[in-house]
Amino acid sequence: MLLTPPLRGGWVGLLNKMAYDKFSTITSPAVPLEIENVDTDQIIPARFLKAVERKGFGDNLFRDWRYNKDGSHKADFPLNNKKYSGKILVGAKNFGSGSSREHAAWAIYDYGFRVVVSSFFADIFKGNALNNGLLPVVVTPEFLQKIFDAIEKDANTEFEVNLEQQKFTIKATGESIDFEINPYKKHCLQNGLDDIDYLVEMKSKITEFEAP
Amino acid sequence: MKVLRPEKTTATPDHNVPTINQHLSIIDELSRHQVEMLKMNCIEHDIIYHGLGSEGHGVVHIIGPEMGLTQPGMTIVCGDSHTSTHGAFGAIAFGIGTSEVEMVLASQCIMQPKPKKMRITINGKLNKGVTAKDIALYIISKISTSGGTGHFIEYAGSAITSLSMEGRMTLCNLSIESGARGGMIAPDETTFNYIKGREFAPAGIEWDKAVERWKALKSEENAVFDTEYIYDAADIEPMITYGTNPGMGIGISQTIPTTNGMLGSDKSTYEKSLNYMGYAPGEKMTGKKIDFVFLGSCTNGRIEDFRQFTAFVKGKKKADNVTAWLVPGSKQVENQIREEGLVEILEEAGFELRQPGCSACLAMNDDKIPEGKYSVSTSNRNFEGRQGPGARTLLASPLTAAAAAVTGIITDPRDLL
Repeated sequence: MLLTPPLRGGWVGLLNKMAYDKFSTITSPAVPLEIENVDTDQIIPARFLKAVERKGFGDNLFRDWRYNKDGSHKADFPLNNKKYSGKILVGAKNFGSGSSREHAAWAIYDYGFRVVVSSFFADIFKGNALNNGLLPVVVTPEFLQKIFDAIEKDANTEFEVNLEQQKFTIKATGESIDFEINPYKKHCLQNGLDDIDYLVEMKSKITEFEAP
Repeated sequence: MKVLRPEKTTATPDHNVPTINQHLSIIDELSRHQVEMLKMNCIEHDIIYHGLGSEGHGVVHIIGPEMGLTQPGMTIVCGDSHTSTHGAFGAIAFGIGTSEVEMVLASQCIMQPKPKKMRITINGKLNKGVTAKDIALYIISKISTSGGTGHFIEYAGSAITSLSMEGRMTLCNLSIESGARGGMIAPDETTFNYIKGREFAPAGIEWDKAVERWKALKSEENAVFDTEYIYDAADIEPMITYGTNPGMGIGISQTIPTTNGMLGSDKSTYEKSLNYMGYAPGEKMTGKKIDFVFLGSCTNGRIEDFRQFTAFVKGKKKADNVTAWLVPGSKQVENQIREEGLVEILEEAGFELRQPGCSACLAMNDDKIPEGKYSVSTSNRNFEGRQGPGARTLLASPLTAAAAAVTGIITDPRDLL
């Protein structure tokens, strides 16, 4: 297995760590969240960051938007609306701003989403998502509006996310858009891998660099 | 797998620790367990650990510079987005996620996309009552919370170079609130004077060599940036936020913007935000009642912030309707507050000092602002529920926080200076 290294020459390692599900093509309806600047404090509030494992964060995804104080569901929040379902979360611009908490990506993944779509992602969130098997798909503002419109017209309408071809398609209309992804991260997602093995393989180069 | 370079790694518990009775065991079971795990892991991997109550304890972005661990030219990462703070020393410093922390512990390396370059120049002299916090909130109000995304920012210009190191740290700290991973300022004499003599600073001949090296860390005269903004210091007044992200800030004498010209999700998001805050477009900010004041955090929990706050409230009294939480950023800041006699002045004015930690900045411990209450806070985020479920945060400088603390309402600090 040989691939183009992302930052420097000399790819030598075999990635062998399975951190999350391998990403293949996903065909699914989507859940719309048409709010801008969704920060990671909304995705998962700080008071739920005290766990020492990565599991179980999905229950508290969007905690304060999703639940009333007594734990009952807020009826008007999209995640509580039974007509919406699927593995794709569609957000408005500047999704994932604020805190670097990776728990935000874990919570979205743990809830069952595998793709987040927006016209603009915050940097740290985007990196965290890619490191955890959650695919951030950036589309144009115009195409994002088409997705929201398609869901509004029919909540069951399906979308296809083809990572291999880097293509997002609105199945009902056949309209599609290409999306960008770093080739190395694409390979990692497709194979359920993370970066550690790659970096550890570079140990002699690291030592060489550090030598005075 | 072992940590590759434990000697280049430092740890401290700050986010979830209590800020009273730190000599006792942490009451919250999950927090106690998390802090214990950190300690055990540090022992197992030979990592320097500054535990609760120890002389080196504090908010990580405050203790690093205080100990002289933060130096120009370094690459510094931490699992916290406000790691951008350390850029004030001309370091490449940025926040990372847990998986990336793992990468660094395992390999002392991290893979990152190359950022774009932005320069923000502030020329001229700051007005009376205007601090580094106001510069930062002004910039974010101009470029928005996503304007810096994909970039590292260099701050330049005479208003920046005349800032103290504490002020520079406040400014670089808030880089992430504009979306930028990092912000930096070229090291100069102010930087070198701050570092000299600190515990981990180079000494003797090594110091001279280090300074020579550090002096080279600046942009060339003809450097080209992907994005540039230039502002005039004279246009900046004390700032305060009125909404639920740090970009929703205005000069304290101004009125909350109206929705004129806004469409679609821009408008609905804005209305949702004002609705959460209990405010209406067009309203004046000054004169609005507040309930809490929080002085502290990695943004404004340094000794200079406590000096400014204390000088302002000296001879005045805390308003009866205000609960004030004054939380030093570190044990060293707490010690300095005591040694400099600030604590007596604060107590005379009706304020108490708490113990170091992140506290009400993110309310991961018990320091939570109650639902619906208004908090003038020197911290960094006014997101919904950031300071506790339903809490309403107004970001401001230590001076503006002090003015609110003594009047009980949002007050222009310049009126009382």
